[in-house]
Amino acid sequence: MSGPQVGEPEAVPIAVDADVVRVRQAVRALAQTARLSLVDQTKFVTAASELARNTLVYGGGGEAVLTLVSDARRTGVRVRFSDDGPGIADLDLAMTDGYTSGNGLGLGLSGARRLVETFTIDTAPGAGTRIEITSWSR
Amino acid sequence: MAQEPVTPLSSLLQDRRERIAAAWLETAAGELRGRITRSELEREQTDVLDTLVAGLAAGGLALTDPAFEGLRGLLGSVSTTRARQGFSPRETAISVFALKEGLYAILSDGDATLAPADLLTLLRLVDDLGLFTFETFASARESIIAEQAEQLLELSTPVVKLWEGVVAVPLVGTLDSARTQVVMEKLLQTLVDTGSEHAIIDITGVPAVDTQVAQHLLKTVVAARLMGAECTISGIRPQIAQTIVALGIEFGDIRTKATLADALVAALRTGKGRRAETSALTVA
Amino acid sequence: MESVPILKIGTTLLVSIQVDLQDHTALQLQEDLADRITSTGARGVLIDISGLEIVDSFIGRMLASIASISRVLDATTVVVGMRPAVAITMVELGLSLGGVRTALDVEKGLRLLDVGEDDAEHLLLDPDGTEAE
Repeated sequence: MSGPQVGEPEAVPIAVDADVVRVRQAVRALAQTARLSLVDQTKFVTAASELARNTLVYGGGGEAVLTLVSDARRTGVRVRFSDDGPGIADLDLAMTDGYTSGNGLGLGLSGARRLVETFTIDTAPGAGTRIEITSWSR
Repeated sequence: MAQEPVTPLSSLLQDRRERIAAAWLETAAGELRGRITRSELEREQTDVLDTLVAGLAAGGLALTDPAFEGLRGLLGSVSTTRARQGFSPRETAISVFALKEGLYAILSDGDATLAPADLLTLLRLVDDLGLFTFETFASARESIIAEQAEQLLELSTPVVKLWEGVVAVPLVGTLDSARTQVVMEKLLQTLVDTGSEHAIIDITGVPAVDTQVAQHLLKTVVAARLMGAECTISGIRPQIAQTIVALGIEFGDIRTKATLADALVAALRTGKGRRAETSALTVA
Repeated sequence: MESVPILKIGTTLLVSIQVDLQDHTALQLQEDLADRITSTGARGVLIDISGLEIVDSFIGRMLASIASISRVLDATTVVVGMRPAVAITMVELGLSLGGVRTALDVEKGLRLLDVGEDDAEHLLLDPDGTEAE
């Protein structure tokens, strides 16, 4: 028994406002299935909500792909957000903490990163953005 | 009754079943004397042999084959039960490895119709069964330990109601990140459950804190305020105060009191519905 | 389009958010509240978020905006019922509600708003300050 086992991926398109809510609900359901604690669930779904909104507002729409993952000891939930938007020009700047006053500037990426266990981002100007987040049960 | 399917391996076992089962039972019973009754052991072994033969008859050769799904399930539940009942790793594994005694027995019988290659396959299969049993035993043990650790955590973080509207958590001993988080969540939930607007975290009994723990405590206070309650930290020892300052942690407008009693008085003075500060906060 | 109902209790407007809010619904609520505060002369706004399982940056900003708008319109906003998991997440996210007062539940929230109102009543009924506070 080695290596993570991956379940069936579930794709949720992100094209309109209502889709952000749809992503939230789908992620919440999967996080519950993965037996994340309530606090970890809340954190993960909140991060997913932020990233889904980014995909819609900054990425011009895209999709979220949800997968149940597991390794020998625990289960987890993985969500991959992707869009074919303008990409992020200055990633370092985007990842700095700009949210202390909640004024709505910045993409909230650093905040979202704090809420999940693993966070990877792949982006370049003109090449769209792909962000993958994962959190595990304890 | 329809003819059951057979393969060379399944018939090998089935034809010599009594001999194999007897040798297996003797060895295992000897090892597990007093830990499990002979008849219970015999029943278990019968189940395993039945399932093994069925798997072989369905064409299974390696333990990972789909034909052996039932066998894996059976062995898994047996070893999990053994783990919960406190059997040792050897006791659990030996009850499966002892099946080899049954195979050695038919080998030493000198049966000319026995194909050595088949016997080797079976011996290897039993090795796999033993290893599988051991693996499931180990992971069952790990989950039991994890469960117990969680229970211990629950028991050692009591949240008490000191007064109408005031709850407190007297923390004792060394705090680690995990425990502090549990405390935080429990305390905040208790505020909601009891409708209390004041929480006191007393750390008189805590010898030292590190950055992570201090951050958790801070976050608890901020979270409580966001919810509409006030949180005071009492019993900060001089050493801890120095550590906090040395670590550069901003305690800002976090309410602190020297003793739990002082904190209680302060909470009662502030009273219901009238908190000294608003919940306007920014978190660094 | 679904919208969040606004109830009136005396001079307080009560909003109870029970569902997952879409962004445009949240913006609509902001507008509706501003209208209602003005048209009813409400002095208090109570927002019950006990039904919210998450509060992300958008909702957080909405709550802060409502408070600011209310203040400009001379009303006080109190947010009540924040779940512990939500509070913990908001702290982790570094999200503040920018000056919004909070209370554990609707009852305590109304009490917070009443305190402010009592002062006003006393002033109206006793302008010379001859009665004890």
